[in-house]
Amino acid sequence: MIGEIWTYLSSPGNWQGSDGFAVRILEHLQYVGGALLVAFAFAFPLGLLIGHTNRGVTVAVNAVNASRSLPSLGLLTLVVLFSGLGRAPVLVALTVLAIPPILNATYAGVRGVDKGAVTAARGMGMTEPQVVWQVELPVALPLVWSGIRSATLQTVATATIAAYVALGGLGRYVIDGFAVREFDEMLAGALLVSLLAITLDLVLALATRLSVSPGLRDGGRQRLPRAVKRFTSNDQSPAPAAG
Amino acid sequence: MDWGWIVDNRDLITGLLIEHIWLSAIPVVIGLALALVLGVLAHTYRWTYPPLLVIVGVLYTIPSLALFIVLPVVLGTQILNPINIVIALTIYSGALLVRTVVDGLDAVPPAVRKAADGLGYKRLPRIVTVELPIAIPVIVAGLRVVTVANISMVSVGALIGIGGLGELFTSGFQIRFMTEIVVGLVLSLLLAVSADLLLVYLQRKTTPWDRLGATA
Amino acid sequence: MIEFESVSKRFPDGTVAVDDVSLVAPQGKLTVLVGPSGCGKTTSLAMVNRLVDVTSGRILVGGQDISQSDRVELRRGIGYVIQHSGLFPHRTVLDNVGTVPRLLGWDRSKIRKRSYELLEMVGLSTEQAERYPAQLSGGQQQRVGVARALASDPPVMLMDEPFSAVDPVVRSSLQDEFLRLQEQVGKTILFVTHDIDEAIKLGDRVAVFAAGGHLAQIDSPGELLATPANEFVASFVGRDRGYRRLQFLPSDGISVGPAPTARVGERAHDGWTLAVDGDHRPLGWLAPGGDTVAEERLEPLGSTFTKTDSLRAALEAVLVSPAGLAVRLDAEGCVDGVVDHATLAEHHQASSEAADSEREPR
Repeated sequence: MIGEIWTYLSSPGNWQGSDGFAVRILEHLQYVGGALLVAFAFAFPLGLLIGHTNRGVTVAVNAVNASRSLPSLGLLTLVVLFSGLGRAPVLVALTVLAIPPILNATYAGVRGVDKGAVTAARGMGMTEPQVVWQVELPVALPLVWSGIRSATLQTVATATIAAYVALGGLGRYVIDGFAVREFDEMLAGALLVSLLAITLDLVLALATRLSVSPGLRDGGRQRLPRAVKRFTSNDQSPAPAAG
Repeated sequence: MDWGWIVDNRDLITGLLIEHIWLSAIPVVIGLALALVLGVLAHTYRWTYPPLLVIVGVLYTIPSLALFIVLPVVLGTQILNPINIVIALTIYSGALLVRTVVDGLDAVPPAVRKAADGLGYKRLPRIVTVELPIAIPVIVAGLRVVTVANISMVSVGALIGIGGLGELFTSGFQIRFMTEIVVGLVLSLLLAVSADLLLVYLQRKTTPWDRLGATA
Repeated sequence: MIEFESVSKRFPDGTVAVDDVSLVAPQGKLTVLVGPSGCGKTTSLAMVNRLVDVTSGRILVGGQDISQSDRVELRRGIGYVIQHSGLFPHRTVLDNVGTVPRLLGWDRSKIRKRSYELLEMVGLSTEQAERYPAQLSGGQQQRVGVARALASDPPVMLMDEPFSAVDPVVRSSLQDEFLRLQEQVGKTILFVTHDIDEAIKLGDRVAVFAAGGHLAQIDSPGELLATPANEFVASFVGRDRGYRRLQFLPSDGISVGPAPTARVGERAHDGWTLAVDGDHRPLGWLAPGGDTVAEERLEPLGSTFTKTDSLRAALEAVLVSPAGLAVRLDAEGCVDGVVDHATLAEHHQASSEAADSEREPR
């Protein structure tokens, strides 16, 4: 099997053309990139606001929990039936699904900032925006990044599934391959999307490592309440502490 | 919404629901058992933890659909065999839960560990009868997330022909019948909520000391 | 200086945290606000830099009504230290210290230079400068907190239980060093603590708050111990205040008598003999009944006192001396004289009466 797969993946013919690997990979990246950008633009400022003012928390937490319980295949099929076949509604669905992990992580990150540091900052004469930008944001950064990583993985997965409702991308190989019981094609798709996911995750892990202050590096393993918080209010991402 | 259809097909729907419950529950239970064993090992022999985390990290990163396909190839089973979903989800759940188990054990106050040692506990009995119970809240928190994730992921199996509520989505989509999809969504949601409540109830039952005061 | 004029704070839910408090925290002195939990001391402090706003009354800092100043500018001109230091975990120690100068727009090299100066002033080595707060001990973090508050050299400082979160040994040395620092910089300080001993040790003026936000008494530590205004203050100040008060009374007025000294090998006196060395420094006491001074028969000295020590030190010396005589030393450590318990008691009586007659009517 492995030998066949390797031949399949490395033959240049399979990389070219409108159904070639190159095109599909690019498509997949576009879907993921687009959804993440828009989701971030919406969820990040909102998360900062909720975290800083501590208002709207219940709504945010409930929204996150609800989105986690809904199967993406069900959502995608529903959306498409509702608004007709076409890429736009699916992309909107992808974007909406990427919002909760980022929102949750940002809000949790800001809430997790040492209250003493925030009081001290205010008391020393920082304006509210300065408190957010110079203190809350940098300290919340590790969690924000973990939210982005989580959202990325989720979007890569959902975009793969979305091939079922006529989206392009690497999921095409799985869906189309399944339709004609062509296992090589399915496996190729599965491997490529796995590699894509792993690569993106590594890139993000690197970005985290480069942008987070060394003073924050130990993060995470200290007290019980934090571990519990990670699973009830945050998502399933393996913490960057491993990387 | 076609209510008539629901009534007419309640056997089918119930069948799919039951199938879905099995397909989600078994991986969680076996995954938990695996995670407990591996977690206790990783917690005790600390040097095994970092490599374990790397493997877990990779498994977690791979999208579920891809995992359902790659795993059979690695294991040598048929791709379309339902057993693959169970195995894949078991590995996936176990991977996520190992981390939780270790976190939970780590969070046990060192004073408790020392006291148990001082009382004469040997290492393994101490971990199993003293530390694990204390770690229950953390473990259950992780279990809740993993269970809900499992329930969602089983429906993805419908894309490669394996059953559960996911079939309502694919079938409904193919014949453009929204009712079927909505039924699938509602049932999934109810299942997720019930499972969550069940776990919370179990946690309360097994940790009576927790409600009496603040935890650590 | 800081002035409170009939200041009250009432929260929206009706609680009165501060009730008609008027006090003056003198320029260049350390004024301590002390009291049990919930007595309004922390709220009072927070009103000075407007983290909490006054409901009625005025607060003046340096003669200016703070409600007329811009909140942010006010805060940048007041040093602020809190419990658990509140250091920014994502910034190095040096960057933490330079926070306010950075906000004020000082230029980089000036900030660096000043930050290094301050680290030295609070007793931290330059190695710590590039470390992060998580790498420091609790005591070290607190020092950074103090340095950070002093960075822009503000005339006024607010300190909210700054030493409460460290263990007693560390706390004691932090307090001592802080007193030395204050002697150098002479800031007008408002200091909150729940620990009466800390208040007495550090404060030039001590303001005791009672539950409900009332100011029960404000006085020098010595006066507070001597004449508590009411039952509450007396019990808050604690037991053995009479004894503790002695540390505020001087001993230089005591008339000492000649000490019964003898060198090793010489003839002993009839009663107790104080053995001394060639430079007239004390070695120990020899009980009555011996004829020559021999080293192996000497009993330990106990403690001694000097002219600059308080009456308490003198009393302590009398109490532990096997001979019932306190030994006074001069600046070089040579025996200056001895005094017995009775003389000390007379002296105490006399100086108490003198202090009473000097006291201002309340």
